[in-house]
Order: sequence, then C-alpha cells, then structure tokens
Amino acid sequence: MPTETLAGRREAVQLGAPGPERRAERRRFPLRRSARSRQARAAWVLAAPFLALFAAFMLLPLAWSLFMGLSDTQSADLRTPLAVSFIGFDNYVRLFQDDQFITALRNTAVFVLVCLPLTLACGLIAAVALDGGIRRFRAVFRVGFYLPVITSIVAVAVVWKTLLDPHSGLVNTVLAWFGIQGPAWLADTRFALPVMIVMAVWRNLGTVMIIMLAGLQSIPDSLKEAAELDGAGPWQRFWRVTFPLLRPALLLTAVTTGIGYLQFFDEPFVMTGGGPLDSTLSATMYAYKQFGNGNYGVASAAGYVVFVLIVALTVLQFRVLREKE
Amino acid sequence: MTSTVLSSRAKTPSGLRARVAARIAGRILAVVALVASAVLVALPIVWAISTSLRTPATSYDQPPAWLPTDPVWTNYSAVFTAVPLLTFFINSVVVTGLIVVLQLITSTMSGYAFAMVRFRGRNAIFAMVLATLMVPAQTTIIPVYIIISRLGLVDSRASLVLPVIGGAFGTFLMRQYFLQMPRELGEAARVDGAGPFRVFRQIYAPLAMAPMATLAVLNFSAYWNEFFRPLIFLQDSSNFTLPLGLVTLQGNFGTGSVSIVLAGIVLALLPSIVVFAFTQKYLVEGVAVGSFR
Repeated sequence: MPTETLAGRREAVQLGAPGPERRAERRRFPLRRSARSRQARAAWVLAAPFLALFAAFMLLPLAWSLFMGLSDTQSADLRTPLAVSFIGFDNYVRLFQDDQFITALRNTAVFVLVCLPLTLACGLIAAVALDGGIRRFRAVFRVGFYLPVITSIVAVAVVWKTLLDPHSGLVNTVLAWFGIQGPAWLADTRFALPVMIVMAVWRNLGTVMIIMLAGLQSIPDSLKEAAELDGAGPWQRFWRVTFPLLRPALLLTAVTTGIGYLQFFDEPFVMTGGGPLDSTLSATMYAYKQFGNGNYGVASAAGYVVFVLIVALTVLQFRVLREKE
Repeated sequence: MTSTVLSSRAKTPSGLRARVAARIAGRILAVVALVASAVLVALPIVWAISTSLRTPATSYDQPPAWLPTDPVWTNYSAVFTAVPLLTFFINSVVVTGLIVVLQLITSTMSGYAFAMVRFRGRNAIFAMVLATLMVPAQTTIIPVYIIISRLGLVDSRASLVLPVIGGAFGTFLMRQYFLQMPRELGEAARVDGAGPFRVFRQIYAPLAMAPMATLAVLNFSAYWNEFFRPLIFLQDSSNFTLPLGLVTLQGNFGTGSVSIVLAGIVLALLPSIVVFAFTQKYLVEGVAVGSFR
C-alpha cells in the first residue's frame, strides 16, 4: 500500500513541479563540494523546526495509533501505555463483525459517492457561469458562494436546524404554501442523511468554485476563439477545449474534497449526533464514540480503516483523472 | 467578448444574427441562474443576520421579515451578558494568530529547504510529508492527546497551537512556490559571498510574500472555525474558542430565543467575512498553486 500511495503522490508533485528544477540542479554541479555540504547542512537547519514538530505530532502518533489498533488499550492504560497486550488483528475483526460499524461504513460510502460528484458539478457550474456570465460584481458573487465555507460548523448547525424545524422552520413553511407537508427532516431516517449531503454540498461548493474559476481564468481566450472559428458550438467548446484544460484543477479539488468527505464528522456530530437510529453515523464518528467509551484500541483501528479508505480513493482519483499521455 | 463577435462577423457573415441572439439569450439565462443560486446559497446566512436583528418574540414569524424595519440591537448586547463572548473571541484570536504566524515561519523555512537545496533523503521525507496529508484527524487524536497530557498541556490554549505548527500542507504549499523561483538570484548572491542562510533570509523569503499571505489566509479560515480538536482538548470554558463558545451559547438558549444565539453567530462570522473580503485574491492564487503549471 505505501508504495502505491507514494507513486501516486510523486506524480502529483511532478505535475506541480516545473521541469527547470532538474535542469538547475545539473547546472549547480560545478559548486565545490564543501559549499554543497554547507548548503545541505543549512537545509537541515531550516527544515529542523518543521521536522521536529512533524515527527512529534504526526509520525509518532501515527505509529502509536497503529500499535494501539493492534493492542487492547483502554482508557485505564493511559498511565502505562506500553503495558498492554498485543492482540494482532482482533480489533479489526471486531470492527467488521460490529453491525454498527458496517452501518457507519455504508453511510460514509453513500455520503462520499453522492456528495463528491454533486459538489464538483455544482462548483464547476457556478464557476463557468461566473466566468462567462458576469463581469461586474464578480467579487460580490464570490463572497456569496464562499460565505458557507468560512462559517463555523456550529453556526451552520444552529441556522440549518432552525430552518429545518418541522413546525416553525422556513423550509416546511415554504413547502406548506404549495400544499406539501414537509417531514421532520432530521428526525426521519429517510431524510437525515440526504439533508447532510445537501448541507455538505452547500458548505463546500464555494471552495470548488474558487479553484475552478482560477483554472478557467488561466485558459487563454484565444484558444476558445480558435475553436469557435473552426465551427465548434459552445457545448463542444466546453467539453473539447475548456474541460481538458481544467483537468488538473479538477483532480486537485476532487482529491482534497474526497479526503475531507471521507472524514465526514462535523455535520452529523452537531446536527444529529449520528441518529436517528444511526442513519447518519459516519466511520469517524464511530471512532469518536469508541474513543469516548475508552476503547482506544478499537477507536484507533477504526481510524486506520478510514485512513486506508482515503488512500484508496486518492489513488483511484489519480488513476482516473490524471492527464492521459 | 466584443472582439470575438467582431472576428466571427468578419469570417462568417451568414447566420450571424441568430448566433448573436443565441449568445445574448444564453448570457441572460446564465446571469439569472447565477443570481438565483447565489441567493439560495447565501440565504441561510442572510436569514441568520436578519433574524439576529429581530426581537426574540418575532424570531419565528413566518414568512420572516427579511429586512427588519426597526432593527433591534439588544440581542447583540444580550450575547455578551449570556456568555463571556469577549473571552472566547480573545482565545480565538490568540490561538489562530499564533498558529498562523508560527506555521508561516516553519513552513517557509522547510518549504525552501525542500525546494531549493538538495540533501540526502529529501525526496523520501517529502513524499512522507505529502502522504500524511491524507491522515484523518481522528486517526492520530488519541496519541496526540496522550502526548499533550504528558506535557501537562491538557485544557490549555497551547494544546491547540503546538501540535499544528509543523504543518505538512504549509510545507507543501511553500515548496510549490519556491520551485517556481529562479535559482540564478541565489547563485549570484552566493558568488558574492553570501552564506546559505543569508540567501534564504534576504533574497528568497522576501520574494515569497504572496504565498505566505495565501497560507496565512487558508490557515486563518481553517483554524478560526476549528471544532474537533478544541472539543477534545478543552474543558474549562475560560479557554474556549468561538466555535465551542457558540455551543455554550446555544446550550444557554436551548429552548429560548434563537435571535440571541444568531447574534453571537453573526459576531463570530464577521472576522471571517472581513478577512476573506480583503484577501480573496491570495486565496484564489493559493488554492490554484497545487494544480497548475
């Protein structure tokens, strides 16, 4: 698994890294050996603060939780974290035999598979409309679409809960004008997860829009004009000229949004607490609940399952969306 | 746009009128759709602002009065008496400010090192740094919590700052920018006898102001609204940052007026709006850097 990831990632780096780097490195060859080692030493000094903190708060915890996932650590073991017994993959076996975890995985899968394409499509449409339709007030629109992104999830929860209130909420009031009786959105097992999906699209489409807009504006007008002169209609121009050039931006947003969505936690935590009847329980929320119950081993194992899923999704997206050569 | 029309007129005179008409119709359609969807997206927040200016008794009026004819500002003063909002605000400023500034320093230095200097193990270490961008917070939270408690930092503002100073994303972002910078500048200075630290401090770091602004804006909006780690690390309300403070506020008014809670929400949102309105240029550049060129 690690080699897979690194290969995928390395390509991403090279996508972003321009060729001149390698050329310049060859050019620097004539530098004297002492000067080069002096530079290397300076590099280590410059990177040291980052590397020290990164090792202490990322690499060490990552290795530690891998170990914890293979042990029977409970909250009572905190004082002597190494005096626990190694139980192999028992936690993972326990996870996959737990119906609640399977439900959590299924909810997470539905959430990601519906929400990710929807967010990308909405963000892309908003960006295209903003790029082609409007010159003036573009900044105002950008702020409008980006407002939900910069709003704290707690605030979002309060506002949405009030809007979705079954009796006095705005949503059901508007539905009642059309003679429709709205459901009790968040208390209904059929509607709670779809509401989370709509909310997540609403919260994240601003990010996608901003990246896509930057991508669209970096495409020279002359390309589209040339295609138009060759007789391409707007639809063809978009799919044959614009879209392929947006592919790197799309890959970036798909990967970062996908990573965020698989960690789906804030929305159900503040809106439903995972309910009703676990219908919005996500995998990370399951881990959090196990953590709260003191089952650190199971919680760590669940966290690692999510990590592996993220790696798999990321690799898949690089495979599918990478520029074909 | 006009130039396109002119050039197509020059080349293809036939069918021109229909094409122009179709284009204008398309444009109008796009504008209408855009305005409608922007309104729809901004609606919940506009509703929050307008309701925060209504008396608690009229909070739930349907349909809501979108423009409060006589705005009530008492909700805003009520927030400050209901919870120590000023304390939450100061905590958020201190925590977010420290994270932004300290991460800027470490990321600029490490990003430069990874981009401009070749040293043993560089690529392997950087690949590892990139891979950790995929690690969910929930995977490492327990060991981080244990480390924090060993350091005696549980329930302190420092517990939020210290673990994220060495940010993988910041290092990645800064490296991408430094890769695009010309190497000749540093070489010229080196020939003139400048040491490696001087080359970094006096030549390259000042050139990296734009990406540093980008990283600052991105980190501000991420950590100003952060919810998960404060929820785990903080216990005493005197250490709470704004998002946790809002939960407290919500709890105080669980069954009462939503107007006062919304006033608190609007107050917490204001700094984000101001920062975003003035810095969106850097944000756009920043999110684009990983994907282009």
